[in-house]
Amino acid sequence: MHEMALCVSIMEIVEDEARRRSFSNVRTVCLELGALSGVAPEAMKFCFSVVAARTVADGAALEIVESPGLAWCMACSTSVEIARRCEPCPCCGSYQLQVTAGEQMRLRELEID
Amino acid sequence: MCIECGCGEATPTIEPGRYVRAIGDHHHHAHDHYGEHHDHLHGGDEHRCHHRRSQDSHFCQHDHVARQAHRGQGLADCSSEAAGLNLARTSSERIIRIGRDILTKNDRIAAENRARFLTDGLLVFNLVSSPGAGKTSLLVRALAELKRTHLVGVIEGDQQTSNDAERIRATGVPAIQVNTGKGCHLDAEMVRRAYRRLPPLKHGILFIENVGNLVCPAAFDLGEACKIVIFSTPEGEDKPLKYPDMFAASSLMVINKIDLAPMVDFDREQALEYVRRINPSIEVMNVSVRSGEGVADLCAWIRKQALRIDRAEGTAR
Repeated sequence: MHEMALCVSIMEIVEDEARRRSFSNVRTVCLELGALSGVAPEAMKFCFSVVAARTVADGAALEIVESPGLAWCMACSTSVEIARRCEPCPCCGSYQLQVTAGEQMRLRELEID
Repeated sequence: MCIECGCGEATPTIEPGRYVRAIGDHHHHAHDHYGEHHDHLHGGDEHRCHHRRSQDSHFCQHDHVARQAHRGQGLADCSSEAAGLNLARTSSERIIRIGRDILTKNDRIAAENRARFLTDGLLVFNLVSSPGAGKTSLLVRALAELKRTHLVGVIEGDQQTSNDAERIRATGVPAIQVNTGKGCHLDAEMVRRAYRRLPPLKHGILFIENVGNLVCPAAFDLGEACKIVIFSTPEGEDKPLKYPDMFAASSLMVINKIDLAPMVDFDREQALEYVRRINPSIEVMNVSVRSGEGVADLCAWIRKQALRIDRAEGTAR
């Protein structure tokens, strides 16, 4: 639901970079979204096309690289991969998990003309 | 929509300095700008002013001081920045590494808010819940108790109307309403602006009542000490599983309308089991605004947090 606000933030960074580095046409915007970031990639793509219209990124493709969610299982004392926050440890079934990665939302790189 | 800040039809609006009664508007008019372009609220001129300033300050900032500022903020692209500039200007390479968090700007303003709250010795809570869980009613009840011992203020977030702020002000506690328009959450900039319109609350407690929504407010840091998530028994015990991000981000879960538990077959133990799957360290409290059950416990919990801040300050001094 907040994908629109996130896209506005992305465009702020892109326009900021465009001024600093003097470019005027962005072809691709590449994001890294963690599996636990709570962002829906499809909604993100739709919102981005709306927010990017009539800017340096008008018509640019939004590429999304998903990174895995990782958690430390206190019962197994090991790092495990989880797809969602309320999942149990895939090894032992415990819910005593501390999320260690997968919440990130980063603007990785831009492909420009 | 304005590309700079997302404003336009959905522009968030913040009440002018109206807290308990009209104590004189714009007491914050000390021009304590942080070099940002959003601070300048001058009634009807706000939008024009903001945009003129935004153009000036953006170009100015980024031509002269931006690099220093960016370094100071420890952004992830610092090391690659010089290389990136060369890439764009001198070679045919068309890929620019950015490596910045999407919420960089919000997080920076939230950090500034947090520093400001710390300077003012202020304890700040971000109250989150779904619509109708009883945030405002709970707040009204708790404020009656807390205002006896502390300076208290409230920032109220809603899409529309200032009904909630009016309800708070009726208790004699200053409140500022932020209307987010089409926005579904409060962000750090809205809180910064609203805080300036509250009377001084040094060594007091500030409650930020977020927009009723268990999804988006989880992602937006406002500069608070912690989030308190409120959910009510009629919503069902599996709410933490349905909206895990918010329960993971909160330090305290308040189960409101506990007097209705038998009527709606609410299984408290099951709710605890679910929430601990998401957040093993979350504290839990039962409250009923209607019967008053648990309100004193909640106030005691809040005072305990305030005491912790005072002690930390004492140590710092």
